[in-house]
Amino acid sequence: MSLQLVLIAAAALFCVGLYGALSQQVVVMVMMGLELMLNAVILAVTAFWWFLAPAPDGQVLLLVVIAAMTVEMAMGFAVATLLHRSRGSDMTDMATDLSG
Amino acid sequence: MLAVIVFCALAVVAIASGVAVFRVDSMARATYALAISFVAVGAMLLMFDLDYIGVITILMMVMEMAIMAIYMIMFMGMNPALMPMSMVHNNRWALILSAGTFVLLAAGVLLVPWPAPAESPTGDLTASLGETIMGSKMLVMLTVSPILFATIIAALVLANPRGRYDRWGDDLKRRSPHDLRRGGLGG
Amino acid sequence: MSSLLNPAWALLAAVVLGVLALVGAGVHGMVIARSEGRSARSGALSPVFELARLLRQRRRRTVAADVLLWRVGCGGLVVVALLKTAVIPFGSWILADIPVGIVWFNAMDVLLWAVLWLLGWGANSAYGLIGGYRFLSQAVSYELPLMFALVTPAVAAHSLQVSEVVAAQNGLWFVVWMPVAFLIFCASVIAFSSWSPFGTAAGSDIAGGILSEISGVDRLLVLAGRYALLTTGAAFAVAMFLGGGAGPLLPDWLWTLLKTLLLLFVFVALRHRLPAIRPDRLAEVAWIIVLPLALLQTLFVAIVVVVGR
Repeated sequence: MSLQLVLIAAAALFCVGLYGALSQQVVVMVMMGLELMLNAVILAVTAFWWFLAPAPDGQVLLLVVIAAMTVEMAMGFAVATLLHRSRGSDMTDMATDLSG
Repeated sequence: MLAVIVFCALAVVAIASGVAVFRVDSMARATYALAISFVAVGAMLLMFDLDYIGVITILMMVMEMAIMAIYMIMFMGMNPALMPMSMVHNNRWALILSAGTFVLLAAGVLLVPWPAPAESPTGDLTASLGETIMGSKMLVMLTVSPILFATIIAALVLANPRGRYDRWGDDLKRRSPHDLRRGGLGG
Repeated sequence: MSSLLNPAWALLAAVVLGVLALVGAGVHGMVIARSEGRSARSGALSPVFELARLLRQRRRRTVAADVLLWRVGCGGLVVVALLKTAVIPFGSWILADIPVGIVWFNAMDVLLWAVLWLLGWGANSAYGLIGGYRFLSQAVSYELPLMFALVTPAVAAHSLQVSEVVAAQNGLWFVVWMPVAFLIFCASVIAFSSWSPFGTAAGSDIAGGILSEISGVDRLLVLAGRYALLTTGAAFAVAMFLGGGAGPLLPDWLWTLLKTLLLLFVFVALRHRLPAIRPDRLAEVAWIIVLPLALLQTLFVAIVVVVGR
């Protein structure tokens, strides 16, 4: 197994997630895209750690990514709930109040 | 060689189920396809001897997806198992952008002269992770924990329509809280 | 502690798990027979008759069922129980003594969130879906206390490896100084097996809930899976809190077996002794009382470990 192979797999996963995050209309589906992108980040961080800098400290970065995922999910669900309650909808296109 | 085959198989599973998330018609199937993608990545982490992080990735993501499925179905307001759905915007540009990003990233991966692989990590990685977060990298965890705590509070404030004045009265002097659902503590 | 690495032993482990689950079902049959005024012995074989009946029964179908997800839910319980068996020691033998055995067990019972919800969702029936939602809301209540209950023995043993936890109980069983964690773990085992008093997901008030639409082999797999989950839960509690195979005179595998069966009987017998606990009422109690109790138990154990070092 080589660094390049793992990174290519991670890049493919990242781009699938990017497609989802850009194309989906529903907030929860956008979150699924973001999750997939972070999933790829986990894989890439693991590859860099294993092949280039195999000190035990590197695992901490993985924990931070997982924590970031948790925060993203919790806040995403909270905003989706709020949007749904106040607008009766959870489409991203309808939450454009802050766009110029 | 066997490791490469297993890794490629897991990568194909992870990417294919990732694609399935945005292709299938059913909310439940989409969510659990994402769960499969995460389990595959968790298994890949196990291949790098990351026992602890691999298993908790599987644990956390299956749990998140079980909750995610509920939100999907709650907010879509239709029977997603019966109706095909296509809820996309800018489909063409999203495809172009993500394909372009992949080409860019893949070119970078293949063209960058990576340094020679270092020695693979050895020893009890779980124990060394524990020693790291309780030792030299403690500041990281000290930062993450207030962030997680702030997230709990912020998410509750956003999502909960009723505050303490609704529960305990205007002067917060009600003897037992007034909840929409009775039961639990206080009645 | 020796570990058996030959995968062929996994077959034997599956057979042992099946026999123990069947014994548990037999005990349940005896309890039911007693409560109906028949002799206890007449009920002991009822699971065997039920097995034969379900094997012959034709599958019932529902309109627009999501068959793929439904089948995953039906088979999932047994698969999860088998995956848990891999890290459970039987005497001094253990199939896969991985360094994070406790986390593995925990990850497998999180899979039940998905499995039981899919069981309710797949049938495309209202009662099934309500059952699935009931289970998930109950899972949100029991999962965190369960995690801290599992962390406690790991803290005391300085290891997440199951064999190390068993070895650390040489002299004093963990149940003696972590009774709260033990009770929370046992309650969680009953809850994740969807067994009464935490069995409202399959309650009779919603016509069987997650069980309402399944029939034939599917029903057999789900019912057997619930007994298998109770069994693995009991066996893991023995390893975590009851000293594993420790005991006088008899060989250690026999002690493991005896303790597991005893705990399994208690779980099975509790079913008709306690009133059902509704998930919506459980949530507040679990988060405000049980979770802090579990944290205090972990804190106590951590202090004892640090001071005694």
